[in-house]
Amino acid sequence: MNISTQNTPEKIAISAHSVRVSLGNGSAKSPVLHGVSLDIVAGQWTSIVGPNGAGKSTLLKVLAGVLPHGGTVSLLGRDLPNIAHRERARELAWLGQNETSADDLTVWDVAMLGRLPHQSWLSAPSAIDHAAVESALRATQAWDWRCRSLGQLSGGERQRVLLARALAVQARVLLMDEPLANLDPPHQSDWLAIVQELVRQGTTVVSVLHEISIALHADTVVVIDKGKLHHHGASGDAATHAALTRVFDGRIAIHQLAGQWVVVPVLAQAHPIVQEKSN
Amino acid sequence: MTQPRAWWLLWAGVLCAMVLTAVGICVGSAGFENLLQPLLQPELDPGRSAMAQQIVWEIRLPRTLGAWAAGALLGLAGAVAQGLFRNPLADPYLLGSASGASLGVALALAALGGGAGMLGGNMMNGSVPVSVFSSSVWVRLGLTGAAFCGAVLAVLLTLVLSRGVGHTLRLLLAGVVVGVVLGAMTHLVLLFSPDSLQAMQAFMLGSTAFVGWTSCVLMAGMWCVCVVVAWLLARVLDGLSLGDATAVSLGLPIVPMRAALVAVLALATGTAVAQTGLIAFVGLAAPHLVRSVVKTTHGNLMLLSSLVGGVLLMAADTLARGLIAPQELPVGVLTAVLGGGYLLWLMHRGQAHEGGRA
Repeated sequence: MNISTQNTPEKIAISAHSVRVSLGNGSAKSPVLHGVSLDIVAGQWTSIVGPNGAGKSTLLKVLAGVLPHGGTVSLLGRDLPNIAHRERARELAWLGQNETSADDLTVWDVAMLGRLPHQSWLSAPSAIDHAAVESALRATQAWDWRCRSLGQLSGGERQRVLLARALAVQARVLLMDEPLANLDPPHQSDWLAIVQELVRQGTTVVSVLHEISIALHADTVVVIDKGKLHHHGASGDAATHAALTRVFDGRIAIHQLAGQWVVVPVLAQAHPIVQEKSN
Repeated sequence: MTQPRAWWLLWAGVLCAMVLTAVGICVGSAGFENLLQPLLQPELDPGRSAMAQQIVWEIRLPRTLGAWAAGALLGLAGAVAQGLFRNPLADPYLLGSASGASLGVALALAALGGGAGMLGGNMMNGSVPVSVFSSSVWVRLGLTGAAFCGAVLAVLLTLVLSRGVGHTLRLLLAGVVVGVVLGAMTHLVLLFSPDSLQAMQAFMLGSTAFVGWTSCVLMAGMWCVCVVVAWLLARVLDGLSLGDATAVSLGLPIVPMRAALVAVLALATGTAVAQTGLIAFVGLAAPHLVRSVVKTTHGNLMLLSSLVGGVLLMAADTLARGLIAPQELPVGVLTAVLGGGYLLWLMHRGQAHEGGRA
């Protein structure tokens, strides 16, 4: 895992070393991450997967620099605490799980917030800002309702606006926590196309996903379980699939269908031993 | 300001304020009387013109403009509070400033003795006799200072109890605790100093009857400062509405900026409360009224709800003087009744429109 010993030609976008996090207050404080170390390769799509409560979202927040933690995280070769907030915000965009209360802001205003790190204090949005917001809203097909307020949208529509907000930053590194929440299959496929286009352009994408079939489209899969790094490997590797099946207690099966990996839940009482037999 | 409806509301607010100023200087103990004519054409009746000038210049104009300034401060503070706490139910008094100001006034009244009851003594008498007003100007200054100090100290106490502004829920809970405890202490003080009860009640109901030029200029000055600072910080509120973590990821230094917003909230509320007492509902209703007309960013929302707050209090003040002239209603009672009714109407209209969606 350590780049200094591995001597790899690949550039590292984010490097985390023995990251530890405890959440809660006082006596209710419980450890969520126990010393996770990993390197995210630049210009690739990495998916973080694992069971509920494994610490995936917490890890993503640490990588984004929005959660206090033990250990060190570096972004594009520099330690996170040494990077000015605004500079970090231009390099790294983060899409959190739905926690917005911005019901009164219009879709346009929300997407424009993604340009905050690029704007000087008090200056009006520039032509570049306008262009970035427009292309982000068009990419997520939210352009048509740019004048509506967020409160008037459905869950899936809001999610597309929030995604546009993250895209509008035009950062070199994009972290997304459950970006497919509330999205129907056609829009999941659109999201996939957006991510593949971003990666083609050289953006580093990291996503936390529950939809493991989608997660297996990524270049690299990070498997987290009980606050520890369980596995880190290419999405097509048998070892990665074995690790996935293990952390889900053998209750998923991974098949290949029309050139894609498809993950299906296995009924508890049916065949608990049937695992990763790809036909 | 990109939306045409926001511009529309802005000009409506300015226009209403101007019309209400003209109406406000004509309403007094005799009900509505047209003083504009003797003011503008003094050659017709020099005697009446001189009297009109004195009444308008020394009493009604500062009072009317003061009502606008106090309402504008409360409307601004309400929009800041609702953005800061990400809660549409938040009002400017949430951080304990109201109970702090009440305790300050109760302590000052107890210390000065019941004789300081002039604040309430003239409450129901229509316009204020100038002699009483000038003779007790020091008492008034003392009460105002006590209210302001109480409000600011209470907010500081809330900040200490919540260990800073990093945690919104803790801030809110600390504000509630401070409000309850200081409220209880106020009642205790009043129990030992029953003479001040009437004056205290007047303070609790709120009144613009004693706003002179000094108060007026003070509030207007503070309003300018607060509006500029709030406008500078409006983008932080926009960012915060997407959640703390997203705001941090956008590079916003949320802790110092939240502290600055709390300072705006405390100063605006403290200044208004010190000059006019506890005026209910203006701070809560003004941002809602703006939102019902236009959905916009916090910068516009704060500016517009400040204008709307000013107009609301000005209208309530004019009504309070005119409704049962020569008697006068405490303006806080009117704002509570009108504001409460308005919010109810807005709530039910919203339900009818959105089919009960929260």
